[in-house]
Parts: sequence; C-alpha cells; structure tokens
Amino acid sequence: MGYINLDNINFKHLVPEASQAMIDAIKAEYGNPSSQHQKGDEAREVLESSRETVARLINAKDPREIVFTSCGTESVNMAVKGLAWARQDKGKHLVTCNTEHNAVIRSLRRLKQLGFQVTSVPVDKYGVVNPQTVKRAIRESTILVTIMHANNEIGTLHPIAEIAAVCREAGVAYHCDAVDSVGTIPIDVEALGIDLLSFASNPFYGPKGVGALYVRRGIGLWNLLDGGAQENRKRAGTENLVGIVGMAAAAKVAMRDMEKRLEHYKNLRRHFLAQLPKYLEDYLINGHPEQCLPNHISLSVRHVEGESIVLMLDEQGFAVSTRSACASGSLRASHVLLSTGLSFADAQGTLVISFGTDTTTQIIDNFLAALAESVKTLRAISPLYAAAQKEKAGK
Amino acid sequence: MYSKTVMDHFKKPRNVGEIEGADGIGQIGNPVCGDMMTIYLDIEDDVIKDIKFQTFGCGAAIAVSSMLTELAKGKTLEEAKKITNKDVANALDGLPKNKLHCSNLGADALHAAIKNYEDRKSGKVMPDDNQEDKHEHDHDEKCYCPYCDSELGDGQTFCKSCSLAEEGPEKEPA
Repeated sequence: MGYINLDNINFKHLVPEASQAMIDAIKAEYGNPSSQHQKGDEAREVLESSRETVARLINAKDPREIVFTSCGTESVNMAVKGLAWARQDKGKHLVTCNTEHNAVIRSLRRLKQLGFQVTSVPVDKYGVVNPQTVKRAIRESTILVTIMHANNEIGTLHPIAEIAAVCREAGVAYHCDAVDSVGTIPIDVEALGIDLLSFASNPFYGPKGVGALYVRRGIGLWNLLDGGAQENRKRAGTENLVGIVGMAAAAKVAMRDMEKRLEHYKNLRRHFLAQLPKYLEDYLINGHPEQCLPNHISLSVRHVEGESIVLMLDEQGFAVSTRSACASGSLRASHVLLSTGLSFADAQGTLVISFGTDTTTQIIDNFLAALAESVKTLRAISPLYAAAQKEKAGK
Repeated sequence: MYSKTVMDHFKKPRNVGEIEGADGIGQIGNPVCGDMMTIYLDIEDDVIKDIKFQTFGCGAAIAVSSMLTELAKGKTLEEAKKITNKDVANALDGLPKNKLHCSNLGADALHAAIKNYEDRKSGKVMPDDNQEDKHEHDHDEKCYCPYCDSELGDGQTFCKSCSLAEEGPEKEPA
C-alpha cells in the first residue's frame, strides 16, 4: 500500500483526461488568444470552448459570465473587492459570516482599512448561517453579502438559495465562495440566483493554479488586474491556456461522473462513521450531519493535539490535515471551530479527513486502525487524558 | 519541517508518564496556547534521580519534553536550574522559529517542578497543592509572526507589521 491521500480537501490527483488535455495543449504550441492572426484564432477557439464547458458546470446562461483566474483566492478577491469598489457610491457596508475562508476574511479586512464597514453574522452549532440573520444584518448602505457554500473545515453547507433570495429581495449583490463544492455537488447559478460565484479547478481533479469567477451579466466589478482586454475586459493579462484546457477537461469528467462520485463518497462517509466507534472513544464529529460535503469529515479527538496525530499518521503512510493552532501557522485555534462553540482543547485535537475517488472502504479500515494506534500512544502521554480518566474514576 | 532529532524524540519519547508520590511537580502552558506540559521529579540528596513528563501538544512540544528529561536526569538541582529552553532547542538541533515560543516550555516546567520541591521542603506549599500555571516564560526566546517572521513584542497577540494575523471580522452589533 503506497501513500494514502485522505487530505483531498487540500490536494487531489489530476484526472487522466485533464493531464492528457494539458499535454496535448502544450504540444500544440498555441499562440496568444489576443492575437489577430491564425495562431491567435486557434488559441481563441480553444479558450472559448473551454469557457463554454466550464459555464455548463455551474449552468451559467452565457459563457461570457465566466472569467478565468489564477485560483479560487483570486476569484474571491476579485468578487469582493471588485464589487465593493464598483458600488462604493451606493454604500460601504458588507455582510459576511464568522466561518469564512481567509480569502474572504482578509479581503474584507483590507476593505475595512479603506473605510468600508463589515458585519459578520454568527453560525449555529453545526456552523450553519440562518438566512433571517443575514436579512436583519442588511442595511440601507449594504452593497454585498458574501457567504460561502461549503465550509472548508467542517464541510457544512449553507442554505445559499435562501440567502440569495434574501439578497435579491433587498437589492444587494450576493457573492458565494463555492471553491470546495463546485464540481463535487450540483450547483446551478441560474436556479440559485447567485450574482458572483468563486470556484477553482483543483477541487474537481483539475490542475492547481486555475480558477474562475462567475459574474452575472449586468454586475459591474472594478478589475483587480488592469491592462489588456482579456477575459471580456474583466481580467487583464495573458491567459493560462494550458491550465484552462485542463480545467475544462476536468469539468467534463466532473459533470459526467458527478452522480457516481457522490454515491461513492456517501458510502465512504457512512462506512467511516459506522466503523469509527469500534476504533475510538471520546471524540466529536463537527459540522452538520446531513447538510454537508459528502466526502468530508471533521473529527475532534479529545485530549490530544492535532499536529502530533498528523505526524504519526504521516509516518504510517496516511495524509490528513488538522486545524489545531500549532499546525495552522496562525498559532490560534480555528475560528470556524470556535464559532460553532467548540472548546479550545477540543479544537486543538481536530482532524479533517477528506475522501477522493480513489478512496475505498478497505483504506478507511486501515486508516482507522492507524488512527486508533496513534491516539492511544498520544493519550498515554497527555496530561489532559490522565486528568479526564481520574475524574471518570472519581465519579 | 522538523530536525531528525526532533522526529526521533517525537516518535520514541523518553521518560513518559507520572511518578507516584513525586517530590516535585511542575506544570506549564494551557490548551488555549496550544501546549501543556507536566514534569514529575524524584529527588534524592539534591540529585534528580528520576524525571517523567506528560505533554499535550504538537510534535515539537513532545520532543522538547522528552529531550528535557534526558538533559535533566542525574543532574544536581543547581545544575538543572541552569538548563534553559535554548539548551533544549539546541540539543534537538533546532526548532522552527514560530515554535520556539509556544512549544519550547520544557525548561520552564522543570524549573517550576524544582521550585515546587523546594517550596514543599521549606513548608511553603503542601504536596497536594495545585501547581497553577503562571506561564512565566524565561523569555530567552522571542516570538515571531507565523506569516511574516517579524518579531512580536511582549504581550502582543497579533503582528503589527503585516496587520493580518489578528481576529476575524467584527461581530454583529448587539
């Protein structure tokens, strides 16, 4: 058994269709889509057919509503800052929620330095935003609501259709960071009524370093990148055509296999949760039990710290991630976990386990055995576990 | 990320556990900071005859505790008091910069345990008194911003240079 990836939220393999399409694109030595000669025409055709494919993935009515970017983070920055700048004469207030990704949090923080105001609404114990809370947070001066679809730490899905409806009624633009859900679960921007949707290629087995922003027709943004007329004048700079071709190829596979993959993920998640009590005690499962990403589990192992579990599992050939302060680089416990009411100590022991198309129930069984072993070793060292055991014995 | 010596001590930690009826106990850190360490001492004629630890924390914290017990075992109390957090980090062939503050608490815990032993001896505290964490770092190591590596001052909880490593967005007004 080789090295096993159970950290699919952070990295996935390329589907063969995407890598083949990219190799072909490199060999074809396309020209610059902006050129007026034959080489340019050829490249432009490839670019526009990729755009049509990616538009279909989220059911955008017009391919011109898709702007290719360098990653999900760029899409988010472009949506949030671009819209705030474009509408600042109408108002300077934005609404978000407490469990957003840093791309949103820090874009908003930058806007606050420029005089914008931000209201961040709380989430419930499952990490879900109540659309009525969003409605109450909207003021006369509100220009944008930005609330994510799938949370990257706990997998919880927000009720984005209801949030979009609230925004529409109030005449406020709605941006949704859907980086961790597009390509995994069905998303229809037309049916949902979303104005701006950020997504990226790597979460659906496409290449890293390519993303896209859906911009509903009629929504004006200030550009982050000024220069040439690329991307329908919304993002200047020569396109990463090879990456875009890879993204489109992965999108085709995602549309073709979505139902099959969903079924696979759901079976794995069910298996994992059913087997877990046989291997481990004293743990918590975070996030909403049903309204969640099907390939994602947030597990808080009590009385031990996440980074040390990750290191031990790594030694045994399993990749998972943790949201403990020690590993995050920020040296503070995850804002998402604390927002759902988790204690500091429990947040410290939180692992994120995410499945891919190549995960099997056998892999999960092997992983759970390795996890149980690691936790046993670490608990034997842990003063918190010793104290908890003493308290149990005393009762 | 970690040196070979750190990984060795993390994977095979030395002197793990609790000493029943220990002569001195020192506890430092808390889960809010990320790490928590307890040191148990068995002392005979002012020599550390046995030392054990319990640690809740990352790989670095566990390796630090293990290395510290190796450095302190068999030392006289006067020698042990001279062990610094820096000595422990050096013995481990270094630690990542941003782990120096939060995880390198071994010597502090050892000094707390020795003080606890001396206080008991002089009758200042009873053996079963709780050793509350004072979190008094020796501060021979500075703290660094995990994003931009600039030095953080005492009590500074976020980085002023990059102004990013602070709290999330403001809360909804009540």
